[in-house]
Amino acid sequence: MRYDVFFAGYGGQGVLLAGNLLSYAAIHEGKNVSFFPAYGVEKRGGAAMCTVVFADGDTGSPVVGNPSVSVLLNQLSFDKYSVKVKQGGVCIVNSSLVETDGVELPGVEVVLVPMNQIALDMGDVRMVNMVACGAYMEKSGALKSASLEAALKKALPERNHKLIPANVKAMEAGARAVRG
Amino acid sequence: MKQVFTRPESLKNVATHFCPGCHHGSVHRLVAEALDEFGIRSQTIGVASVGCSVFLYGYFDIDVIEAPHGRAPAVATGAKRARPDRIVFTYQGDGDLAAIGMSEIIHSANRGEDITVIFVNNTTYGMTGGQMAPTTLPGQKTSTSPYGRDVSKDGAPFKMAELLSNLDGVAFSARVALNSPRNVLNAKKMIKTAFRYQVEKKGFSFIEALASCPTNWGMNPLDANQRVSDEMIPYFPLGVYKNTAQL
Amino acid sequence: MQTTAAEKIFVKGNEAVAMAAIEAGCRCYFGYPITPQSDIPEYLSRELPGRGGEFIQAESEIGAINMLLGASAAGTRAMTSSSGPGISLKQEGISYMAGSELPGVIVDIMRAGPGLGGIDASQADYWQATRGGGHGGYRIIVLAPASVQEMYDLTMLAFDLSDIYRMPAMVLADSVVGQMKESVTPNPRPQVALPAKEWVVRGRSEGEPQNVVKSLYLGDGEMEAFHWKMQARYQELADNECRWEEAQTSDAELIVTAFGSTARIAKTAVAMAREAGMKVGLMRPITLFPFPRKTFASLSERCKLFLDIELSTGQMIDDVRLSVARDADVAFYGRPPGAGSLPTPEELFEQIKKNYRVRPEQSRI
Ligand SMILES: Cc1ncc(C[n+]2csc(CCOP(=O)(O)OP(=O)(O)O)c2C)c(N)n1
Ligand code: SF4
Ligand SMILES: [Mg+2]
Repeated sequence: MRYDVFFAGYGGQGVLLAGNLLSYAAIHEGKNVSFFPAYGVEKRGGAAMCTVVFADGDTGSPVVGNPSVSVLLNQLSFDKYSVKVKQGGVCIVNSSLVETDGVELPGVEVVLVPMNQIALDMGDVRMVNMVACGAYMEKSGALKSASLEAALKKALPERNHKLIPANVKAMEAGARAVRG
Repeated sequence: MKQVFTRPESLKNVATHFCPGCHHGSVHRLVAEALDEFGIRSQTIGVASVGCSVFLYGYFDIDVIEAPHGRAPAVATGAKRARPDRIVFTYQGDGDLAAIGMSEIIHSANRGEDITVIFVNNTTYGMTGGQMAPTTLPGQKTSTSPYGRDVSKDGAPFKMAELLSNLDGVAFSARVALNSPRNVLNAKKMIKTAFRYQVEKKGFSFIEALASCPTNWGMNPLDANQRVSDEMIPYFPLGVYKNTAQL
Repeated sequence: MQTTAAEKIFVKGNEAVAMAAIEAGCRCYFGYPITPQSDIPEYLSRELPGRGGEFIQAESEIGAINMLLGASAAGTRAMTSSSGPGISLKQEGISYMAGSELPGVIVDIMRAGPGLGGIDASQADYWQATRGGGHGGYRIIVLAPASVQEMYDLTMLAFDLSDIYRMPAMVLADSVVGQMKESVTPNPRPQVALPAKEWVVRGRSEGEPQNVVKSLYLGDGEMEAFHWKMQARYQELADNECRWEEAQTSDAELIVTAFGSTARIAKTAVAMAREAGMKVGLMRPITLFPFPRKTFASLSERCKLFLDIELSTGQMIDDVRLSVARDADVAFYGRPPGAGSLPTPEELFEQIKKNYRVRPEQSRI
């Protein structure tokens, strides 16, 4: 099986950390992983984005034109990248910051998760990326929650390990929001 | 009401890409004011170096040559020799001037080229993300001196204003800072003097400006300003090191 | 938790190069900052000193390459790295190293050019790398990684080949593989029989021959003899050291060829074409010098259509054209840097569809 996911938001939303976290979780499950951050021109303007591909075998292209799953954390990313989601794919949207009214994405399942709100309810809006990871995990079924928990130890610097329990809760909340 | 703060004509009306608290913007402004005050904007050719100031052409409303990393004084030499009636200045960072470009600056200065060199010393490679520079202070941690600059292996920081003043070809050499209103006023005076040397064809003039790089120092603009006075000025004393024509 | 040698790590391509260099026994690194390769000096400034190695941030790339020359002449495994503008400055030193038959590893994480260019991904230094780059007529070994794992493995290989063939070796990567992170197995240094470095300068004692590392050949016929000797060595390289990856070429009507990260993207495009029922294969040269000419030649005995894809206006295509049979066509799709984004597999699939044709059965004798 080969999974690919595209994350985008603005700098400060922790998009790259989210990508790293999924990567470590996939490695934990014995997968090959490719994590490609935005580069060069695309990086300008305060946008942050990354593509993560993981597979049992070859990860293939690190660049994905039409992602199977896109997790879009702000309006700009939604406006720009929601149309790229593959037919039959999923677009997970941070509905706290994104207005989707009037946007038709035929053949794409749009999942609205009020990520900022959930993160705030958990006590810290900076955990919006954790909520996003939880939502992705639940929707894609690609990774186990235990792997994400293990991944936190690797993705976070030692001094932030005390935050792991809170982050795990935020992920669970993200997953719950998708389950509805 | 009297307008007290206007944009110099030699600068374009655009927002710069410099980080908050970066002194490149202040130096740009002072150079532009000097060009305005001598009325030489239309005769001036700027030579940009490679560093955070590479976009000189985007901010100065003058003609600009973009030189390869470190080579601005050689490029300026060529331009000045081809058009001796023009005012030619280079604008270089510490990595550009004192590392890769050490040969060009020394030889241009030694030949006494009739150019003005504006040297912005922020003790780091700003544009490439904060690596050690030839002016990085002893013990200063950077991304390529993670254990602090070790003078026994990396050498001591170059004091360019002093070093160049020892060359016969140099007419004017001074070090200024931009961390306080008083220092800015003085810097303005010095930069004007440097250009005056060229306008009056009195030889090679050099300004070293101690500048902050809050981003790569990992400081807020105020703390960065404080570092200029607490750490940089004691090591790199301000002053005029050579003034042959007593302008 | 027990860690085994085979346990995977998750690192950037540039870091993998630095880690591999240490594993390969590189004890001296000389460099100068430039995007997008500064992670290499940054990593080694942290890690080399504690392991008895030397890290120097040189005053320039010219300084760095000549420090490499000196360390290598003294018999130490050493490395430098840079990108476009810095690699250009190193060409003089590389030429002297080639002329002095010195090993040494040079890593080029390509960026857009010419001149200051930009930091977008580019493959436009193919010619510079594979044609020798500096003056006088010489070649160096050029390896083109397409994954972070290969950044690791080929860096180690570069050290070995460079020592065995006594010539500089370059790891020619694009910024995509330099900047992306992948799961990597940090393989231990391979056990390779290396020739003794009898030529190193070491301080000559009584009765020992004088060793001189030089590239000045003024004696009668000396320079000519040097060139023919090197020519024979290049042939030996071509005979023994070509490396490439082939996928689904045996029945292919069209073979896509690309190197580095472009080949990764192309490989996924090839898989899309296969799914659509098209007979398409991939040929990815891993050694750019020596170029796997024989493989291209034999592939073109059967497959008459190649599609060369590069992040430039076309450079490797020269070697592909020189290698394939006369009646084979080589089409081209180029994405010179600056478009602001990389080609996607979907985009390359479109190019495959555009060029694909099935030859009538009777013409395949
Ligand atoms: C030949 C070459 N080597 C390296 C670089 C990469 N590079 C770009 S800017 C820079 C240094 C900038 O530092 P500095 O001159 O101090 O200017 P600052 O950004 O701090 O103002 C370097 C090394 C380059 N462009 N060309
Ligand atoms: S990185 Fe430093 S020198 Fe460059 S613009 Fe920012 S503060 Fe100024
Ligand atoms: Mg600097």
